[in-house]
Amino acid sequence: MSGFERHRRSGRVIATFTGFEADLLRSLASQIVELLRNERAEPASPGADAFEAMMVEFSGATTIPEDPVLARLFPTAYPDDEESAADFRRFTEGGLRDGKAAAAGSIIDTLEDAGLPPELTREGLVIDVELTHAEAETWMRAFTDIRLALATRLEVEAGDEHYWHSLPDDDPRAQAHDIYEWVGYLQETVVEALTT
Amino acid sequence: MGLVSAASPVEVEPTLTPDEITFLAKPWVTLVWDDPVNLMSYVSYVFQKYFGYDKAKAEKLMLEVHTDGKSVVSTGTREEMERDVQAMHEYGLWATMEKAS
Repeated sequence: MSGFERHRRSGRVIATFTGFEADLLRSLASQIVELLRNERAEPASPGADAFEAMMVEFSGATTIPEDPVLARLFPTAYPDDEESAADFRRFTEGGLRDGKAAAAGSIIDTLEDAGLPPELTREGLVIDVELTHAEAETWMRAFTDIRLALATRLEVEAGDEHYWHSLPDDDPRAQAHDIYEWVGYLQETVVEALTT
Repeated sequence: MGLVSAASPVEVEPTLTPDEITFLAKPWVTLVWDDPVNLMSYVSYVFQKYFGYDKAKAEKLMLEVHTDGKSVVSTGTREEMERDVQAMHEYGLWATMEKAS
């Protein structure tokens, strides 16, 4: 497993992934896109009527998303002022959703342009990724969203590494946590490559 | 910047005390809160990139977030702070805004 580094001559931020790693990254990025697109902002109350739903469609959400991942991706800007918080959300959440979906989408596109097939069939596939500074920053942001999503689902807390490492290897939560740590490692190496 | 015409004297509302004038001009702040996910190097990178802070200032603020649980990362008008909070959310940082105390 290796992360990103800055190519000395071109200045590009480069990485080499196995087919399995590239396929995993694509899957994670796709899940972010799907979450942002499918879980469209909806009125929080179950009794919300069609008119309210239509207003959300037109002018944006005003209440914090029910899904805890989305609630973390789009936090309340004014914790003590419900009305201002609703206005802020109405004017920002749609654009933020689109930006985050586009960032995750650029990971998918780059991996596929670099030769990742729709279905991973053959062994020994190697995917070389070469990013400009701006592209690397986009990946860095998308890695954040992937990590926030995984950590929220897993209920990761500060200083709980010991707990995760004590789980048996075949525990799906332990495996998901390993992936969370791997994306963190990738992100750390992108930041390093961008600052050297 | 415009030129100030000195022709008419500025009238100050005489019932206001200096403290009240300060209160009216009270700026807003953007707060970034600690979370168990975001990497210290990333948070510092974001503060340098978005706010244009030098490395020392960015790391000081990042460490404040880490150790105190939150830090004031920018100060300004309400509109400016809304832009900053939105940008922090774009970067996945947990940011809120409030009137400066």
